[in-house]
Amino acid sequence: MNPYLELLKLASPEAVMTITALVVLALQALRPKTPVAKHGAAAAGILLAGLAVVMLPEEGMVPNAGEPGAGMLVIDPLSSLIKLIVLGLALFTVLLARGATFTRYFGEYLALILLATIGLMVMVSSEQLLVIFVGLELTGLSLYILAGFDKTDIRSAEASLKYFLFGGVASAFTLFGLSLVYGMTGSTSLPGIAEALGGGPMEPLLAAGIVMTLIGFSFKVAAAPFHLWAPDAYQAAPVSSAAFIASASKVGSFFVLTKILLFGFDPATGSAGFQNFVAGWAPLLAVMAGLSIIVGNLVALAQKNLRRLLAYSAVAHAGYTLIGILGGGEGGHAAVIFYATAYAISILGAFGLVALVRRASGRADIADFACLRKSSPVLAACMGVFLLSLAGLPPLVGFFGKFYLFAAAYSADPGLLWLVLLALAGSLVSLYYYLSVLKVILVDECDADRVPDAIGGSRLSTILIVVLAALTLALGLFPNALLGAIMERM
Amino acid sequence: MIAWTIYLTFAGALLVLLLPRYAREIALGATAIATVISGVALIELEPEAVMETVLWVPWIQLLGVEVNFHLAADGISLAMALVTGITGVAAVLFSWDVEKRRGEFFLWLLMVVGGSFGVFLSADLFVFIVFYELVIIPKYFLIATWGSTDKAHGAMKLTLYSFFGGALVLTGIIAAAVTAGSFDLATLSGFGFDESFQSWVFPVMFLGFSVLGAVWPLHTWAPTGHVAAPTAGSMLLAGIVMKLGAYGALRVAMPLFPNGFEQWRAAIAVLAVAGIVIAAGVALRQKDLKFVIGYSSVSHMGFVLLGLATGTVLGLGGAVLQMVSHGIIGALLFAVAGRMIYARTHTRDLDELGGMNLRKALPFAAFTFVIASAASMGIPGFSGFAAEVTVLIGTWQAWPAAVPVTVAGMVLVAVFTLRALKRSFFGDDDNATTAVPSLPPITVPEKVGAIILMLATLVVGIFPSLLLDKILPVIERMNLVIPPTP
Repeated sequence: MNPYLELLKLASPEAVMTITALVVLALQALRPKTPVAKHGAAAAGILLAGLAVVMLPEEGMVPNAGEPGAGMLVIDPLSSLIKLIVLGLALFTVLLARGATFTRYFGEYLALILLATIGLMVMVSSEQLLVIFVGLELTGLSLYILAGFDKTDIRSAEASLKYFLFGGVASAFTLFGLSLVYGMTGSTSLPGIAEALGGGPMEPLLAAGIVMTLIGFSFKVAAAPFHLWAPDAYQAAPVSSAAFIASASKVGSFFVLTKILLFGFDPATGSAGFQNFVAGWAPLLAVMAGLSIIVGNLVALAQKNLRRLLAYSAVAHAGYTLIGILGGGEGGHAAVIFYATAYAISILGAFGLVALVRRASGRADIADFACLRKSSPVLAACMGVFLLSLAGLPPLVGFFGKFYLFAAAYSADPGLLWLVLLALAGSLVSLYYYLSVLKVILVDECDADRVPDAIGGSRLSTILIVVLAALTLALGLFPNALLGAIMERM
Repeated sequence: MIAWTIYLTFAGALLVLLLPRYAREIALGATAIATVISGVALIELEPEAVMETVLWVPWIQLLGVEVNFHLAADGISLAMALVTGITGVAAVLFSWDVEKRRGEFFLWLLMVVGGSFGVFLSADLFVFIVFYELVIIPKYFLIATWGSTDKAHGAMKLTLYSFFGGALVLTGIIAAAVTAGSFDLATLSGFGFDESFQSWVFPVMFLGFSVLGAVWPLHTWAPTGHVAAPTAGSMLLAGIVMKLGAYGALRVAMPLFPNGFEQWRAAIAVLAVAGIVIAAGVALRQKDLKFVIGYSSVSHMGFVLLGLATGTVLGLGGAVLQMVSHGIIGALLFAVAGRMIYARTHTRDLDELGGMNLRKALPFAAFTFVIASAASMGIPGFSGFAAEVTVLIGTWQAWPAAVPVTVAGMVLVAVFTLRALKRSFFGDDDNATTAVPSLPPITVPEKVGAIILMLATLVVGIFPSLLLDKILPVIERMNLVIPPTP
C-alpha cells in the first residue's frame, strides 16, 4: 500500500479531530451567535474520532520497523485504549463547557480543546522522542491559551502567563535533555535508546539528559518541586480549561512518562528501595513522589478556595501515581493508567460542580458550597462521591486505584514500603481536608441569605456530573471493567 | 442465607434514599430481618462445623492474584453478626423520633450496620478491608450532623483515628497478600510466613486493628467520639464498631502471623491491663455521664484485648464472649444516657442530674440503668460476668500475675459505675422533698429497645454455653492456642 495512505489510515482519529477543529473554527466565523452548533460539532467530532480509534487495526507502525525513523506513529491496543480514555475525558470537558459565560468565542475555545487533545493523541501513540515532543508542545501551547481564555478576569491572564513561563522553561529542559540522550545513544526512538543504554555504565552526560527529560515531564504532571504553576492555573483559569488540564492532559502525560521511563530508559532505572538506593531515575522519581505527597497534602490543608485545594491535592495525587511508575513492570504500568484515569474521572466531576457553583456565586471558596445540598441534593451527593473517591475510600474507584498502586509497588520491591507508608500518611492528611469540605457541603445547615442565587445546573451538566459520579462508583465496585481492559492490552 | 444480612441492610439504605418518609420503618425492617437471619443461622450451626462458605464469586484480578467476593461464616462470625443485628435494631428503635434529615440519618446508620455485617462475614482479605473502611465515613456524618457536644471535633478525631488504623491494616494486608500471592483468608492462615516477616507485619496490623478496639494509649478517639455522637451513633460505636477491630485482630492478624503473635502478645497484655485500669481510673473522675460510659467502654475493651493476648482457649473464648456482651451492655448504657436522660433533661452533668429526682421522674430509665450498670460491673447472672470471668481464667493460665491487677481494675469499674448510678438517679435520697420534674415519658420504641438489650444480656449471662459451645470449637481449630506457661 502507498505509505501515505497507510499513514492516513493509522492517523485517521487525529485527522478527524483536526478537521473537526477546523469546522468548529469555521462555524465561529460563519455562525458566531449559535454556541450549540459548535459544541455539537465538537462533540460529534470527538465521537467520530473515538469510532475511528475503535476501527483502527490492532497493530500498526509508520514508518515500519527497520526503516529510518521507525515508530513515529505506533498503533497498539494499549495506546488505542488510552486514546479512547483521553477522547472520553475531552468529550466531557466540551459538554461541561456548555453554558459557560466567560467568552463569546466558543468556536476558538473548543478548537483549542480539540487541538490539545490531538497533541495528547500524538504523543500517546509515538515511540519517537521528537514526535512525542511535538505532541507535548501542541498540547502545551493550546493549554496556555485555554488557561488565559477568560478575558474578563485579570487572574486568568496571570494564570496563563505563569503556566506559559513555567511550561516554556520545562519544554526547554525536555528538549535539551532529549538532545543529550540522542547525542549519547545515537537514537531518538525508545527501543533504540533502551538498546544503546543496555549494558554499559551510566555516563554523566547521559544522566544529565535523563534528569532534564524527567524535569520536563514532572512539570506536565505537576509533581513537586515543579508544581508551582498548578495552583494558579487551577484556580484562575476558566473552570473547563482547568478541568481539561487536570484530567485528560494528566492521563496522557502520565502514560507517556511511564512509557519513556519503563521502555526507553529501562536499563537506567536504578532502585529506590529503602537503604538500597541505586543510581538511576528511580531514586530521583522516588524523591519527587515523596516531596509531592508531603508538599501537596500539607499545603492543601491551608486552602480556603476549593480550586486551589484541588490543585494542591493534585500535586499529592501525582506523587501517589509516581509510586506506580517506580513499581514498574506490567502491574505498575497498569496501576498508573488505572489510577490516572480514576483520578481524572473524579476531578472532572468535581470541577464540573465547581463550574456550577462559580456560575451561581461568582467565586469558588469552600464557603460558597454551603447551600449546594439545599438547592440540589443530588449534586451535593455527587460532590461527596468525588471527594471521597479522591480521599481513597471504598467502595469508590479511588480506593481501588490506591490499593492497586501500593500493591504493585510493594510487589515489585518490598523496599518501596517507605513510600507506601508515606502515601498512606498523606492520605490521612488528605482525608482531613476533603472531609472539611464535605462538612460544609453535606453537614452544615445552609444560611439562606449567604448565597445570592440557588446553585443549579442546566439539565445537561447535571446529567454529566451524575454520570461521572456513577462511573466513580461503578468502577470502584467493578474495577475489572477497566483494569481487565488495560491488562489484556499490555 | 446469612449473606442476606448484608444485602438487606444495603438495600434498605438505598430504599431509605428513595422513600425518606418511611426511613425508620425500612431501617427497622432491614435490621430486624437481618437479626432473625443471623440468629437462626447461629442456632442451626453445627457445633463442629468449620468455616462454611456462603458465597464465592470471582471479583477482581489484581497483580495476577484472584480476588473473590468470598463470604463465609462460623460460630464467631455468626455470634458477632447476631450482636450487630440486635444493636442495630435497638439503635433504630432509640432513633425513632429523629426528625432532622431523617432519610440521611438512617442511610448512614444502615451503612454502618451493613458494613459491619460484611466485615464479620468476609473470608477474603480484600473484601474484608473494603467493608472495614466502608464503615468509616458513615460514622463521620452520623456524628458531625446529628451529634451534640463538640461534634465536629469528635467526629473528625474518630474518623482520622479509624482511617489511621485502617491504613496500618491495609499495609499489613498488602504485604501479606503480595508475599503469599493470595487474598483468601484460609490460604493465608496456612501459608506460614517467614518469622522475620511476621515480627514486623504482625505489630503493624495488630496496632491498626486495636485502634478501633480502643487499645490504650490509642483510645482517645473513643470517649470524645461517644460523647459527640447521637445516641444511635454511640450505640453503634460501642456495640459494633469497637468490636470490628478486635474481630479483625482475632480473625486476621493472629491466625496469619502466629509467630509474630507469640513474640508480641506479652506487650499486648501489658497495654490491655493498663487500659483496663487506667480507663477505669479516668472514668472515676468524670462529671459527664457519657464520658463515664465512654471510658468504661475502653476499660471493657481492655478485657477483649487481654483475652486475645493470653492465647489460651478460655482467654480467646472469653474475649469473643466479652465482645458480644459489651456490644449489648455498651449499647444499653449509651441508650439510657443519651436517649432516656440527655434528650429529656438536656444535661449529662452528674451533679445537675443528681438534683433532678430522676428516679421518680423516669422510673423505667432508672430500672434500665440499674440493670445495665449491674451487667457492666460484672454481677453474676449478666453477660459481663460470664465473659470477664472466662477471660480471667484464661489469663490465669497464661500470666497469673496479671490477674490481681485486672481484678483491681474490675473493682474500679464497679466503683465508678456505682458512683455514676448513685449520682444520676439516686442523688437526692437525702432530700426527699425535691420536686419531681415533669419530663416526657419513655416512649414505647425506647422501652422495646431497652427490653431487647436487657433480655439479651440476661440470656447470655445465664446461658453463656449457648454461645461458648459455638465459639470454642472454632477457636480450638484456629491453631492459635499457646500452651500455658508452666
